[in-house]
Amino acid sequence: MRRQAPASAFTGALARGLLRLALRAGAVAAIVGAVCFALVRALPGDAAYRIAAGRYGYDIVDTNAADAVRRELGLDRPWWNQLWTWMEDLAHGRLGRSMVSGDPVVEELAHQLGHTLQLSLAAWLLALAVGLAVGTAVALSNRRWLDRLLTSVGLALRATPAFVIALVLATWLAVHAGLLPAAGHGDAQHFVLPSLTLALGLAAGLAQVTRHTTGHVLSTPYVAFARTKGLAPPWVLLRHVMRNSAVPVATYSGTQLVLLVEGVVVVESFFAWPGIGHALVHALIARDIPMVQGTALCMGLLFVCWSALVDAVCWLLDPRLQGHTVSDSRK
Amino acid sequence: MHNDPSPISRRRTLLLTAAASLGSALPLTSFGATDKKVLQVVAPWEIGGLDPSKTGYIFTRMQITETLVNVDPSGSLAPGLASRWETLGNQLVWRFKLRTGARFHDGSAVTAADVARSLERARNNPGVLGNAPVQKIKADGDTVVIELSRPFTPLAAFLAHASTQILAGSAFAPDGSVKAVIGSGPYRVTSVQPPQKLEVERFDGWTGPKPAIERVAYLAVGRGETRNLMATSGQADLVFTHDPANFERLKALRTLKFQSLAIPRTIYVKVNAGHPALKDAPTRQALSMAIDRAGIAAAVLREPAAAATQLFAPGMAEWHVPTLAPLTRDLTRARELLKTVGWTSGPDGLLRRDGKPFKVTLRTFSDRPELPTIATAIQAQLREIGVDLAVAVMNSGEIPAGHKDGTLELALLARNYSLVPDPVGTLLQDFGPNGGDWGAMNWSSAAVRDAVAALSATNDPQRRSVLRGSIATVLQAELPVIPVAWYQHTASSSTRLVNVSIDPFELSYRIAQMQWARAT
Repeated sequence: MRRQAPASAFTGALARGLLRLALRAGAVAAIVGAVCFALVRALPGDAAYRIAAGRYGYDIVDTNAADAVRRELGLDRPWWNQLWTWMEDLAHGRLGRSMVSGDPVVEELAHQLGHTLQLSLAAWLLALAVGLAVGTAVALSNRRWLDRLLTSVGLALRATPAFVIALVLATWLAVHAGLLPAAGHGDAQHFVLPSLTLALGLAAGLAQVTRHTTGHVLSTPYVAFARTKGLAPPWVLLRHVMRNSAVPVATYSGTQLVLLVEGVVVVESFFAWPGIGHALVHALIARDIPMVQGTALCMGLLFVCWSALVDAVCWLLDPRLQGHTVSDSRK
Repeated sequence: MHNDPSPISRRRTLLLTAAASLGSALPLTSFGATDKKVLQVVAPWEIGGLDPSKTGYIFTRMQITETLVNVDPSGSLAPGLASRWETLGNQLVWRFKLRTGARFHDGSAVTAADVARSLERARNNPGVLGNAPVQKIKADGDTVVIELSRPFTPLAAFLAHASTQILAGSAFAPDGSVKAVIGSGPYRVTSVQPPQKLEVERFDGWTGPKPAIERVAYLAVGRGETRNLMATSGQADLVFTHDPANFERLKALRTLKFQSLAIPRTIYVKVNAGHPALKDAPTRQALSMAIDRAGIAAAVLREPAAAATQLFAPGMAEWHVPTLAPLTRDLTRARELLKTVGWTSGPDGLLRRDGKPFKVTLRTFSDRPELPTIATAIQAQLREIGVDLAVAVMNSGEIPAGHKDGTLELALLARNYSLVPDPVGTLLQDFGPNGGDWGAMNWSSAAVRDAVAALSATNDPQRRSVLRGSIATVLQAELPVIPVAWYQHTASSSTRLVNVSIDPFELSYRIAQMQWARAT
């Protein structure tokens, strides 16, 4: 009976998960679309001049060039008219063309998203490796001073803006040590500084959560029982400690995407990395409304997908969740 | 299988998936040292597209594309893709003969028809050529013929502007858009990744002197801090535009050569001369006398030579008038001048006239990071003579918009006189009958207007010199714009490079003439 349940539970959970994913994605798209439209309109200054300056350089821009842009993009239509076209296009998946470069937004995003995903993934894996190793080691060592050190360093790293970490790392590793390129992209070595900048803040939080969860699991009766029955320490760690501490850690690492997205905007523009964050900053400066929407939408959907992935990982890791779903589905 | 997997195999699967995704995320990359044979250029300007009217200047500066006309180191016009030119028929017809043997990077010969097509496009897109009285552009054998509706002497200078660069026929898509940058310069594009990266290599079909540098990479880096790190770490060989705060440190480094050069760009205060408080010339003169230009140049721009004594910098040899009485700081004289036009000091130290305080707003923008800092310095300096100045840091577009709707009072901006190497084009826009978006506002001078118009119609050097002198004199006396500083262009180059020179007109990075200090 218990053996048959997970197959149907898996399909059911998958279907529900996908439905939830689709609903969330739709809601995020609608909210992002409306907010972007409102935000860009609320920014001070005449959008036509700003877009013209982004296209041709402000030296060249005069009233004639701005008027031409206004006519071309229909910026002189009433706002509700523009909002209607805007949401209609969004519903059809038409993200339009960048007002600055004139290229389709989808093409630009495809180019930038790859760069951002590569960087985020590298940073996140680095943070995961460092955070899990340090957190587990501190919990196992059971030394108070090490625990305090982890808390202080973690707090300092999380409180330091990514920009400062980037500046310090680039000054040390690129200028003084001459080990790495200070900025740019293209080679594997270009990944090190930006991903390390992002990873340090993430790893700090992850190490603390890992340390607390692992500490808690270590003090449970089932770990004590496993030890008493004579299970070798590595097996205790793998089968009981890590398995049980994995769920809170996975859930926490999911919330870190917020930090990652925030950091990516700063880190990409500092290290001249051609990703979504960099594009978002430039699109905002240039009032490139379709690009602002496209990049924000991309980040929002990334977040939705990531949350879904974390849910799935937790579901896989924790049999209790699966059992819970089984009993739910039988009701 | 998923019914009873062991936790370890599950974890292993997860880890393998993660490792595989990282592996696939890093395609075609290698952990190798940067190829030192590639010259790395770093500048703040992003590649906004392939069309010459957008950021086409990046392609001319990288010597990928050419314009018909060039500028030599002395600032005079020189042959580019045109080997020579002449005017006929009362200066209404210009004939540009193309350089023989010129080839595009796709191997095809540069024809007059190619040139005419590129120029026709430039005329219809935003840029300088639309402001010239061009009637017709046509090909005649190996010559491009441009017909004008009235004489216009700066035409050749207009044809040095990057928006008039010449592209091959194969550069255009069927809809007329630019699909590839195929020019005729000494370097050809090997890869272009807007908005940041561009890679070029030496073009073998170039008939001029063979460049010593074989491969060049361009990277757009928006942040000054990052450019500074790239220069000091030696990652970049040629870095343009440094933050003033870093000048001293860069000068002290032995691995770098730091250059600061006055370029034809002036930072000035645009004045709404129709505003009740600003309409009298003595008031504008008093404002000018309250500005501490030497202080701003030394403390904000970190270059004492940047303090402007007149509108045109000494580098603009034909336009700078050495005999003109310089603009200086004189608070006593400023207060006297203000008294003569009815301003009196109130109990709070602020000026009043007819019961109204002297309260104005200065608009500026942060695209050029020094402008807001200079604006607040001016705010403090004008406070000393009793002017209540508010500073509004806005979008650059608020200046032309405020000019148009009349709400602008004062604006601080940097005006480029090298858009075309002959500033007449810019002056025509700035000091015309209705002023200009970036120039005078509610101010006009028949003398200046006539002199600028006459300048664009005469080639007589003597007469041109007299006309230029008269324009500079009127502008200095009436101050429709109040000059503050001459812009300094800064660049650093690695000592691995020799024969580095900076083009004050920013038309070219002059890479073709550079060499590695020793073979690497």
